[in-house]
Amino acid sequence: MAAGGRGVPSPEMWRRFRRNRLATVGLAIILVEVAAAVLAPVITFADPGRVDPAASLSSPSADHWFGTDLLGRDLYSRVVYGARVSLQVGIVAVLIALAIGLVAGAAAGWFGGFVDGLVMRVTDVFLAFPYVLAAIAVITAVGRGKTAVTVVLGLLGWMPIARLIRSSVLQAKQTDYVEAARAVGAADLRILVGHVLPNAVQPVVVFAAMFVGTAVLSEAALSFLGAGITEPTAAWGLMMAQGKDFLFTAPHLLFFPGAAVFLTVMAFVFVGDGLRDALDPRVAVR
Amino acid sequence: MGRYVLRRTLLLVPVVWGAVSVLFVVFFLLPGDPVEVMAGGERAVNTETRAAIEAKYGLDRPWYEQYGRFWSQVAQGDLGISFTQGRSVNDILGETAPASVRLAVWAVAVEVLIGMAAGVVCAVRRQTFVDALTSVSTTIAVAVPVFVLGYLLQYVLGVYTFQHRFPDWARFPVQGIGPDSWALFFVPTGSQWRYLILPTVTLASVSTALVARMTRASMLEVMSADYMRTATAKGLRRRTVVLKHGLRNALVPVVTLVGLDLGALMGSAVLTETVFNWPGMGSAIQRAITSLDAPIVLGLTLVLVAAYVVVNLLVDLSYAFLDPRIRYGKPGAR
Repeated sequence: MAAGGRGVPSPEMWRRFRRNRLATVGLAIILVEVAAAVLAPVITFADPGRVDPAASLSSPSADHWFGTDLLGRDLYSRVVYGARVSLQVGIVAVLIALAIGLVAGAAAGWFGGFVDGLVMRVTDVFLAFPYVLAAIAVITAVGRGKTAVTVVLGLLGWMPIARLIRSSVLQAKQTDYVEAARAVGAADLRILVGHVLPNAVQPVVVFAAMFVGTAVLSEAALSFLGAGITEPTAAWGLMMAQGKDFLFTAPHLLFFPGAAVFLTVMAFVFVGDGLRDALDPRVAVR
Repeated sequence: MGRYVLRRTLLLVPVVWGAVSVLFVVFFLLPGDPVEVMAGGERAVNTETRAAIEAKYGLDRPWYEQYGRFWSQVAQGDLGISFTQGRSVNDILGETAPASVRLAVWAVAVEVLIGMAAGVVCAVRRQTFVDALTSVSTTIAVAVPVFVLGYLLQYVLGVYTFQHRFPDWARFPVQGIGPDSWALFFVPTGSQWRYLILPTVTLASVSTALVARMTRASMLEVMSADYMRTATAKGLRRRTVVLKHGLRNALVPVVTLVGLDLGALMGSAVLTETVFNWPGMGSAIQRAITSLDAPIVLGLTLVLVAAYVVVNLLVDLSYAFLDPRIRYGKPGAR
């Protein structure tokens, strides 16, 4: 195990992470995006919701860096504000998935027997759902919007985390230090939280980084299919859904939000790869 | 082995039952009123019409009776009658499933051929230009939203080439399934392949990238194994070493990925189907959700879930053939 061990960040890990140049690029993109999301009112010049029929569908220019949409809204502002939506959805969804996956996986691995069987069957059921269609169905049922999308993506994404945690717990249960903790009479929960789960952190962190990217993509897909975030929120998927009708006359409508989604997802994939290298010393440097 | 297969098959039943039941519950939570949709929307439905429609589809019964009736119908191979189309869901399945299966199978073929080939080449020629190029292009394929890729292909190979009078071979139809003519169920005949190719590439893009990455990683792990060195030392040709000794051992995780995909692609093709107007199950279910047509949603999803779990089981069983060390149903035989 690396210096620092147990998934706690260490200078050694940071060094290994940085050695993966793409991961550093990914991290930089994410940081820029977070900054843009936070500073959106400062770095944009127009209200993302301001309608200007006279400027409908204008091409990128000095006034409108990314052009305008059908309602004449400034696309640059909307893409920047869209970062808020996408990052919020992605990050909150991963937290929900982590919470469910952690509890379900730990319970299955630790208690075994009936609990294990039950949790694993429920996992199977959720995995068997056609992902996009299940999301559309649930969102249609509870009403569209940012909260619905976020919760649904979390609810449909916890299964791999539960499986990762379960297998880590099963492995850890066999180890001497857990045996020792039991021998001195530590409570179940205490052993789980203090001794077992820290060992499961590594694969889960890598998965979580990738998951944020997937969630951003899924949000875009759902909004695109009309089962996601609704007007007037500036969401990338929604912008692209509207842009597709003007693919030939105003391609910038599809291009800029599409590029934003692309960069975000790619950044999280790179960071996920970098984390894998950094957290697992067995992986030779590429 | 026989008992193991039986046990696993029985375990599929609760999974399918659970998934469809969850969906059933979701549909009872749906705020909309299917009767209004059936009666044409817009104006309020008068009481007699409502009663007639509810009686016809059993919507006046309590939910548990509807639930029971759904499963007893399913047990007899009847998926029910669509609310909005007034036709048997079995017929709708018969119309949409072939399009979905064909598209999914061709997408998986692309995944296997291109993805695995790229992965093997990258593992063998590690740290070369080919490796870097594949690494970049797989990341791009994963990060570009599927529908953006679809529209891009439509624009470049359908519209642009048409507007600029490119030769015919470079112009592709961008909407629909075309003549729908096939030989041996899967093989496109006549000009069918022109309609098939863009949706296939769109649908296969993400998975091909994942297969390439997985194959590369798995091959790299295998390449340093002792038996590879032995095989090389025996004087076998490089190709034999890589393909027979290397690839076969590297195949288990790749087969898992491809198998899961074959099961999942039919449902997850909804984006591709929407962009290309491909008449498959995914977009049929999506439309049915929007119009609150529960029988179509439940019936087609039931089939998708069943297909997914069965393919999954077959994948698990195939491990025993790929890796003789894996034996099912005999503890201690490893």
